[in-house]
Amino acid sequence: MIINHPLLGPRDAAEFVYLGDACLIDRPDWQAEDAAGKFHEYGYLRDNPAGLHQELWYHEQGDRSWLVVTRDTLTHAISKVELARDVARARGRGS
Amino acid sequence: MRYSAFKIFTQGLTGNKGWKPVWREPEPKPEYDIVIVGGGGHGLSTAYYLAKEYGLRNIAVVEKGWIGSGNVGRNTTIIRSNYLLPGNQPFYELSMKLWENLEQDFNYNAMVSQRSILNLYHSDAQRDAFVRRANGMILSGADAEIAGADQLRAELPFLDYDNARFPIKGGLFQRRGGTVRHDAVAWGYARGADSRGVDILQNCEVTGFDIENGVCRGVETSSGAIRARKVAVCVAGSSGRVMAQAGMRLPIETHVLQAFVTEGLKPVLPGVITFGAGHFYVSQSDKGGLVFGGDIDGYNSYAQRGNLPVVEDVAEGGMAIMPMIGRARLLRSWGGVMDMSMDGSPFIDKTHIDGLYFNGGWCYGGFKATPASGYCYAHLLAKDVPHPVATEMRLDRFQTGHMIDEKGQGNQPNLH
Amino acid sequence: MTQANRLKGGQIDRDTTLNFTFNGRNMQGHPGDTLASALLANGQRLVGRSFKYHRPRGILTAGSEEPNALVQLRTGAHLEPNTRATMAELYDGLTATSQNHRGSLEFDLMAVADLLSPFLSAGFYYKTFMWPKSFWEKVYEPAIRKSAGLGSLSMLEDPDIYDKGFLHCDLLIIGAGPAGLSAALTAGRAGARVILADEDFATGGRLNAETMDVDGMAGADWAAQVVAELNTMDNVHLMTRTTVYGAYDHGIYGALERCTDHLATSGGKPRQILWRIYSRRAVLAAGATERPIAFGNNDRPGIMLAGAVRTYVNRFGVTPGHELAVFTNNDDGWRSAADLAAKGVSVKAIIDTRDAPAVMDVPGARHIRNAAVVNTVGRKGLRSITLTDDQVIDVDCLAVSGGWSPNLHLTCHQRGRPVWDEGLCAFVPGRDLPPGMAVAGAANGAMTLATALSEGRDMANAQIKELGFKASRKAAPKAEDEPQECAAFWHVRQSKSRAWLDLQNDVTVKDVKQSYREGFRSVEHLKRYTTLGMATDQGKTANIPALAIMAECTGKSIPETGTTIFRPPYTPIPLGALGGRARGKDFRPTRLTPSHEWAKNNGATFVEVGNWLRAQWFARPGEQGWRDSVDREVVMTRRSVGICDVTTLGKIDIQGRDAAEFLNKVYANAFGKLAVGKVRYGLMLREDGICYDDGTAARLSDNHFVMTTTTANAVLVFRRLEFARQCLWPDMDVHLISTTDGWAQFAVAGPNARNLLRKIVDANHDISNEAFPFMACGEISVCGGTPARLFRISFSGELAYEVAVPARYGNAMMGVLMQAGKEFDAVPYGTEALGVMRIEKGHAAGNELNGQTTALNLGLGGMVSKKKDSIGSILSERPEMNREDAIRLVGFQPVNKADKLTAGAHFINRGDAANMANDQGWMTSVAYSPNLGHSIGLGFIKQGHTRKGEIVRAVSPIHGTEVEVEIVPAHFIDPEGERLRV
Repeated sequence: MIINHPLLGPRDAAEFVYLGDACLIDRPDWQAEDAAGKFHEYGYLRDNPAGLHQELWYHEQGDRSWLVVTRDTLTHAISKVELARDVARARGRGS
Repeated sequence: MRYSAFKIFTQGLTGNKGWKPVWREPEPKPEYDIVIVGGGGHGLSTAYYLAKEYGLRNIAVVEKGWIGSGNVGRNTTIIRSNYLLPGNQPFYELSMKLWENLEQDFNYNAMVSQRSILNLYHSDAQRDAFVRRANGMILSGADAEIAGADQLRAELPFLDYDNARFPIKGGLFQRRGGTVRHDAVAWGYARGADSRGVDILQNCEVTGFDIENGVCRGVETSSGAIRARKVAVCVAGSSGRVMAQAGMRLPIETHVLQAFVTEGLKPVLPGVITFGAGHFYVSQSDKGGLVFGGDIDGYNSYAQRGNLPVVEDVAEGGMAIMPMIGRARLLRSWGGVMDMSMDGSPFIDKTHIDGLYFNGGWCYGGFKATPASGYCYAHLLAKDVPHPVATEMRLDRFQTGHMIDEKGQGNQPNLH
Repeated sequence: MTQANRLKGGQIDRDTTLNFTFNGRNMQGHPGDTLASALLANGQRLVGRSFKYHRPRGILTAGSEEPNALVQLRTGAHLEPNTRATMAELYDGLTATSQNHRGSLEFDLMAVADLLSPFLSAGFYYKTFMWPKSFWEKVYEPAIRKSAGLGSLSMLEDPDIYDKGFLHCDLLIIGAGPAGLSAALTAGRAGARVILADEDFATGGRLNAETMDVDGMAGADWAAQVVAELNTMDNVHLMTRTTVYGAYDHGIYGALERCTDHLATSGGKPRQILWRIYSRRAVLAAGATERPIAFGNNDRPGIMLAGAVRTYVNRFGVTPGHELAVFTNNDDGWRSAADLAAKGVSVKAIIDTRDAPAVMDVPGARHIRNAAVVNTVGRKGLRSITLTDDQVIDVDCLAVSGGWSPNLHLTCHQRGRPVWDEGLCAFVPGRDLPPGMAVAGAANGAMTLATALSEGRDMANAQIKELGFKASRKAAPKAEDEPQECAAFWHVRQSKSRAWLDLQNDVTVKDVKQSYREGFRSVEHLKRYTTLGMATDQGKTANIPALAIMAECTGKSIPETGTTIFRPPYTPIPLGALGGRARGKDFRPTRLTPSHEWAKNNGATFVEVGNWLRAQWFARPGEQGWRDSVDREVVMTRRSVGICDVTTLGKIDIQGRDAAEFLNKVYANAFGKLAVGKVRYGLMLREDGICYDDGTAARLSDNHFVMTTTTANAVLVFRRLEFARQCLWPDMDVHLISTTDGWAQFAVAGPNARNLLRKIVDANHDISNEAFPFMACGEISVCGGTPARLFRISFSGELAYEVAVPARYGNAMMGVLMQAGKEFDAVPYGTEALGVMRIEKGHAAGNELNGQTTALNLGLGGMVSKKKDSIGSILSERPEMNREDAIRLVGFQPVNKADKLTAGAHFINRGDAANMANDQGWMTSVAYSPNLGHSIGLGFIKQGHTRKGEIVRAVSPIHGTEVEVEIVPAHFIDPEGERLRV
């Protein structure tokens, strides 16, 4: 596979390390009510779609960016690649 | 029809024209006691044991394609019970015992071949872990043997002992491990279930569940609605897709695993050899092909095909540990979709929906579990309590923190 | 032996004669020959034996689809089993032997299987060999295994080298036949970067095998002219002997180039190169494969595909026989007859299944219409054929054509499904092609030369246009549309004898019918039950006729019955090529520590730790074994001072205003208040609350920390930190860089550690206990100005420091330290002594931090702060991970001090039966403590923290041993930790 890195252009997927569903960005608040339940869901339950999937790839053999790649799990076609940091910020994460 | 050498003889004399279908092609009934979703190895063995052990015969197995078309139809055929953890080991040992008597039990030669499995180790730490595991296996009634490098050199002289990047220090043998003719497992169970009255419905895809007020009363299929007192899902690889129809999210990701076979060769390998420092396991089929595999590709996929980096990685492992296979040729490769669970271990459990049961999450180790999976699932379906060797295979174990994590990789499915 | 079957003409170099042997017999051929054409030239019809019935077999085809003519090529470690004679280029000195027979090829003892064939029909083995139970593995299976298989491996290490490479192009064209050449010419002239690959050693494809003209010249000449033009273009890369074997995601294709297989020796060059081709677009122009027709005893040597016969006659100047007949269901078969006749070979009859007039005039040949061959005679070589009307024709070669199937394999590699073309009686590529691929020529069902040439041009134009190149307006090369009518005809119903479909695996029409009868009716069941298409040719000639027969049984159409799709590889690929250079010592990269050279020169034995090589111990003259060395290193370190290269531990430089807060997030224990100039032990959890790694973080300034990780997790921890930084807390001001390779780091441990360091640390740095106490750190200089870092941390439990210098000084630093330590009898120590000392101190390492254990298990539960948000803290609180009876890490010593402990032993209470139900835990790490004079161990045992002093049994049934052990605190040496602080 080839991932079109937003900063570096097309790169072979072998340069990257895969983590999983980009919902891993949405780490719950540790002080939330039912934090235990929320962390269970965050840590363990997945949509696992047969179709479009937003997922995290890490450019380990490259610039060390974490990317959010939108890829179809039925065809492997990649429709979008974003910097995970931008996605995280857009989802309201800060410091 | 009972199979025997005599039957083959008499049929041979009459042009092999008297053989009957191994299973019927019945029309679906409107209602069954139990509908098993998925005509793979586990679904068929569940049906077989429900009929044989519990006398339940008003059962349908619904399969969207042809039976055995999932991972029982494409895998590296290895059987073993060399597991570490108490949540797994007795279960796989039960499976091994069922394998050992399977052919006589269902009168079908699935070619269970206990030619041994060997896991190589390359460091003291790996040795310590294997010794712990081997001792655990023996303490739970299985067989295990630790062999040093010298013994291996005598037994398997073709491994690379002198020039390996990761020198072979020894290995863990399970002599009762081995291989099975995988397709025949599905066919044998299908035949055994069918002859006891189970309806096997091929080309019948489940398109939804009939769930009312938290109770599952049947399934919608491409051949119409079928009512059932209990619905038993057993579709590893597609668990996410199917259970989504019941509104469930699972602790499972779907990944692709490639496997490979070479052209036929005269006997080379005595048993199964597993090279852990690389990613390579191999055996030789009765037809002579080297059957081998390695890691999953590592990304979520339902595409049933993989990519080149893993193909090459697996071959590198093979060449590193047994460089005499360099001139054997890779003949076929295939990619199967796997339920990769969050701790690498499976589920055989009720769901929160009454009447809906779930069996899945087998990662890429489901084949060896086929008999015990069916046996224990049948127990759960018939008695509504888990079989004693499958009590830990619960869906809620991540809530309670009772993981069954053989590899110690945590909640990242592609590492198991 | 003379080449009795040579004709005039052909693309061989008759001026040069090549000698070769087949089964020890000397034969001759010429450059341009394949082994198959040379064998035919020498009149060798019997070439091999089939898989199951050991039937005598000859050569069926002239290409990579060959199911029969498999030989073992070369000898010794170069032995190459299952090699298609049709693809092996002839070279001088070639040695080939036939395979899969016991006794000689002519008199194979295993051929008895053929006599027993009524009892060996499809799937017979599933129904028998079950009694008595033990006989399967002892008797039946070994016998089956020995008679199965095909060729043999030499069992010797593959002596050749293999390379891998990467290529990039705008347009990859697969196949250099008429369509491929036309496409390459079009795209090449337009300036696109083109790769044109063909599995053959000659370009031109079928043009070499035909007598047709292109642009007014012989097809082969036209091909040569095109190649000459392509060779002048810098933007075109022409690759012969290169099989594109797989279509992978995003335009990546796998290709195998056979560089030296056509030479007697590889001469030290790579035998083959495995290419990954990155293409923006591709044109598949792989041609078509001819199908046989199934009839009684259609597997005899001398029965060949008609197109292959034509290839041998036209391209190789060889006739496979002297009295031939053609059996066809289509117009194309007639061309073989015509070409043979034109070369003066006797064609006695053309048997056409169709009731239609002659397609062309073939001098001397009878046209027998509406007829078929029902049976044949000639066990080791065809002698006669019998037709449906019972007439017998004496022939030594029968050319069969059942029509042509497009080579659409690569269109299926991404699960694309072919569609049935009724007119062609063949599957053609479907619409769901791999993205970026187009198909041209016969592979696309364009079966005539003229359409192949024009489609090649059109597809190339369409593809390059999408890439922004200007399409060529030049017309396609001109050729005639030859007749191509075909009538569906799959097998001869009147045949009573077995009629073969899969020749290699011995699958016959009867087997397909039996498969239907037994319910194995889907195509995949059929293949699996009968082994159809599972042979080395992957059913290239067999699958479609078999599918047609299954369709006949079910009463459905062929497309309703099913399709077969194809997976990589197109043709088999040697594992050596897939492995490339990553074998032997080069299997994985080797990382050397900065002091490796010093260690090598000072008696070190090395051990693999991940990709690192680390010194395991340093043997001295007179020592009897590793234990002597390790004991000495441990004793001398604890008595005076020892030095160890600990560079392999991961080092991560962490800087930024939020660096401290970041550490608070990623470590379970608190870091916010760590003072500048101090180091703290840190415990890292995974988000699931399991212990992940441990190490230290040193605060060099307010906004600057240096973290250490374990060797094994250096890369993984860094990856996780980047995840935390970019994905979880993107606005934190924190920056990371891995400096593992940047700094050489040495542990200097033992009572004399400070005295030694004082000799090399520059005098302006006060390292007295008061100025630089336990857990202090600082940036210093050594040896007169060399920048260094000093950490007062201890893994050994002794007064200890770790001193780091830029990696380039590492080897020298080791020498300097040892030189300075001479007066203290300083010793270098390796990983074994390190391990002994950490067990003596009860520190957890990989065997304890195995990814399954919690802080509670490790006795570090108190470190997990509940007052802050850190990775893993919430899920670490789950009830099952905090059970009262959870395992705890404690120490163990043998009751009988002479007993040796075993890592991996399980603990069983006294009086309990040794079984898993009574399992209490296990021993994780053991060592002989030279300081205590007995074996000691660490281990996990249920509620261990409350059981000090209790005696349990450590059983190791795998070794047949059982040792009584006492549960003790994990700190065997200096439990109060006084030595660290002096």
